[in-house]
Amino acid sequence: MASGSVANQEGKVMLLGFWCSPFVKRVEWALKFKGVEYDYVEEDLTNKSTLLLTSNPIHKKVPVLIHNGNPIVESLVIIEYIDETWKQNPILPQDPYERAMARFWANFIEQKVTEPARDALLSQGEQQEKKVKEIKEAMEVVEGEAKAKLNDKTIFFGGENGVGYVDIVLGWTCNWMETVEEVGGFKVLDPESQPQFHKWMANFREVPFIKPTLGPKEKLVEYFRMVRQACLGLVANK
Amino acid sequence: MAEEIILLDFWPSMFGMKVRIALAEKGLKYERKEEDLLNKSPLLLEMNPIHKKVPVLIHNGKPICESQIIVQYIDEVWKDKSPLLPSDPYERAKARFWADYIDKKLHLLGGKLWRTKGEEQEASKKEYLECLKLLEEELGDKPYFGGENFGFVDLTLMPYFSWLHVFEIATNFSVEVERPKLITWSKRCMERDSVSTSLPDHQKLYDFFLQLKKWHGIE
Repeated sequence: MASGSVANQEGKVMLLGFWCSPFVKRVEWALKFKGVEYDYVEEDLTNKSTLLLTSNPIHKKVPVLIHNGNPIVESLVIIEYIDETWKQNPILPQDPYERAMARFWANFIEQKVTEPARDALLSQGEQQEKKVKEIKEAMEVVEGEAKAKLNDKTIFFGGENGVGYVDIVLGWTCNWMETVEEVGGFKVLDPESQPQFHKWMANFREVPFIKPTLGPKEKLVEYFRMVRQACLGLVANK
Repeated sequence: MAEEIILLDFWPSMFGMKVRIALAEKGLKYERKEEDLLNKSPLLLEMNPIHKKVPVLIHNGKPICESQIIVQYIDEVWKDKSPLLPSDPYERAKARFWADYIDKKLHLLGGKLWRTKGEEQEASKKEYLECLKLLEEELGDKPYFGGENFGFVDLTLMPYFSWLHVFEIATNFSVEVERPKLITWSKRCMERDSVSTSLPDHQKLYDFFLQLKKWHGIE
């Protein structure tokens, strides 16, 4: 049985993050969903803290969750850790088969939407076109799954429990995808061919613990534009 | 209730090997169907329409895809015997991290090892050994990555060792010399029936590898 207030649980929770990282945001959503209190530490990725480098020596990336002094890295691994440590408001389904399906879709999203989107943001020409094509094909599959699983009563992939694992993993698209499109100069979102997905995005944006975390798009665009230009070695156009 | 377990598999697949080991650890009876990847069966295409890949586990008619997901499913359904993942959430997180690392890094580097030549191949060899060094450090003095018990990370890494023998011959480098602790670990794992019966014969694998190189037009 879940114990009372989560604030009484032993052990400090710290999250090393970066303001515009969708991977960090996912972890925050999981923590907020569970009502877990945590200290947030903003990292300067151009000058990584000793804590970050010792907590994640292999990848040296955010997010890093530190609980009871133990570091956990990789956003999907962190989310499963959060779900297993704090039992209230389950994120993953209880049934093993449903869990396997949730993990399957999370994997699919990462491999076929998230990673190609990052690659498309940081590339151009033929290389970018290839990635954009991959994302478009993946979005067809996502739309198909949305059509199959969602309706007026069930608005999230978590089903009757509301927001779930797949929603949290896919959630970055509701804010960052438009940014990536604008900065990268391509289009993968299409309300006409993706009506269910767009409904899902609109609903996700309105979730009370999600809405305040979605910052202004202009700031994201400015930052990602700088990253893209740095990556492509382009001179900034003023 | 009578359990029906079918595994759609391809004998040289590292991912298939993982699942075979997991099923054997749990003492489960299953039907193994060998797929011809150049001529995929209607069953495979029906059970894994999105990726069309093996392995696929079909449990009482329901398909589960992706080897890491399958192994976790097996562990959660048949939880009363030979746990593959630790029970502590932090230890589980570490196990998932390393399994991910192995599947992403070693898989990519392994491919580079046999597909490249000269300087590029030398660079890949170096990186591969660096990754194995990290794994050796993680293993430390424990008998298995899982500690006293064989588990998730051990069964993820063993299939790569199966292929490693092939790469060693093909690219002339020796893991025994460079990473002796891992070799000791792999021999310990091979003493388990679940592992030795799940991994292919080295000669057979090497012959398959030569065939694979021919198909890819590599000498």
